[in-house]
Amino acid sequence: MKAQRIISRAYLAIILFFLYAPIIFIAVFSFTEAKSLGNWTGFTFRLYESLFTGATSSARTLLEALQNTLIVALVASAASTVLGTLAAIGIYNMHGRKKAGLQFLNNIPMLNPDIITGVSLFLLFVFLNISKGFVTVILSHITFCTPYVVLNVLPKLSQMNPNIYEAALDLGATPFQALRKVMIPQLRPGMISGFILAFTMSLDDFAVTYFTAGSSGLETLSTYIYADARKGGLTPEIKPLMTIIFLVILGVLLAYNLRAFKKSNSQHQ
Amino acid sequence: MFSKRSRWALPYFIFLVLFVLVPLVLIAGYALTDANGHFTLSNLAAFFTDGKILNSFLVSLEIALENTLICILLGYPVAYILADKNYNKSAVTALLFILPMWINALMRTMATAEIFNTLGISLGKGTLLFGMVYDYLPFMIYPIYTVLNKMNKSYAEAAQDLGASPVTVFFKITLPLSMPGVLSGVLMVFMPTVSTFAISEILTNNTIQLFGSVIQEQFYNMMWNQGAALSLVMLIIIGISTLITPQKEDQAEGGLI
Repeated sequence: MKAQRIISRAYLAIILFFLYAPIIFIAVFSFTEAKSLGNWTGFTFRLYESLFTGATSSARTLLEALQNTLIVALVASAASTVLGTLAAIGIYNMHGRKKAGLQFLNNIPMLNPDIITGVSLFLLFVFLNISKGFVTVILSHITFCTPYVVLNVLPKLSQMNPNIYEAALDLGATPFQALRKVMIPQLRPGMISGFILAFTMSLDDFAVTYFTAGSSGLETLSTYIYADARKGGLTPEIKPLMTIIFLVILGVLLAYNLRAFKKSNSQHQ
Repeated sequence: MFSKRSRWALPYFIFLVLFVLVPLVLIAGYALTDANGHFTLSNLAAFFTDGKILNSFLVSLEIALENTLICILLGYPVAYILADKNYNKSAVTALLFILPMWINALMRTMATAEIFNTLGISLGKGTLLFGMVYDYLPFMIYPIYTVLNKMNKSYAEAAQDLGASPVTVFFKITLPLSMPGVLSGVLMVFMPTVSTFAISEILTNNTIQLFGSVIQEQFYNMMWNQGAALSLVMLIIIGISTLITPQKEDQAEGGLI
């Protein structure tokens, strides 16, 4: 039993090392200035400085790409949360084939590989003669984000007592008031996890953005890195940026899960 | 009252028709026409007659198969240990294994390529597979872990009480019961590997072209009809593989956090 435990622990440690090695590698070399990686020329915050002050033109483009990524992700996930929550309420109150049909449609964007979503929306915008840019990218991100919101809100609806909503209406609340004061507070956990999931999906996306941004010059982090890799060079300021993004994600996820963990613990007691 | 509230899904329904259904129909439309809008099957035929395209498709299938197998072999034990209360009691440890899913895949791929460059390992099939496993392993661990974690332990205990050896318990009880998780993992690893384009480009210096790269290249070269035809082929494969996989009630991806 003891030997088994040691082997298990060692195995987990090896896989964990494998999963994090590239990220740690980048993080370590974000604190030195050498152009090529793996070449340590002394500890310095110079790259962080030039990233934040936009000292070089590449750092400025990178910051702009980061800003675009965040704007797209925020707008798309907010819109997805509204659209998806309303849709979930609607789907919950549907029956039979209508319900199954809409749920099937809702599954398509999740089953499609990114490249199919990207290509199909590219053709749509070409067909409708819509010039590509922020609007097309955001609409496309809403397309693949909303299904996840729907899937996160639906379980909360089945946990909810429908009589409370009816009671609010009987007591004279308008449907909008009942939605805002009764329904939304109960759906909030599902909406929040749906929003976070949509946000991270949008941040992570490359293929759909690549096809729907067209040649508009709109760069997100993914498309910037891709273009950078194609040119064969790695913008030095990417290293500190990646390190910061990694730490932020690590922090947010740990905080979120620890809170959920504590909550479920206190409920058990 | 209830039927009235079902109308709240109407905006999303219209949205889905416009941004999901119509675009898919457009793929078929472009695939079956030539540049002048006349009906043709030659775009689709190119998939079988153009050696380069068929070759990249077969290479993609091979890489995807290898990637999926390696991910199962490496990921299953991880999920198993994580779900075993004797070895791991903390949900945070499990979280560490799926955390890389939230980091931009291109960034992670770039980092992997940089390590290979630093170590002086030349880019090719080996580095591509390594990078693919690195990118997709969390997507295999997560669904298997979820299923194993929710699994009713009394079946395994009953088998043990009735005298089954640990190996028998694993192969007769645990493994079959965890197959839905493995299946979700395969879905999350296999097709994305076939369709990825940037990752293979970065990790092989564009010496190996996966199917996704071929599609991307055709769109890049303004060959929309040909690109659409290959997308249609991919769509058909996805449709078939979705039909033959049993549908689960609770979607693993739904409760990712």
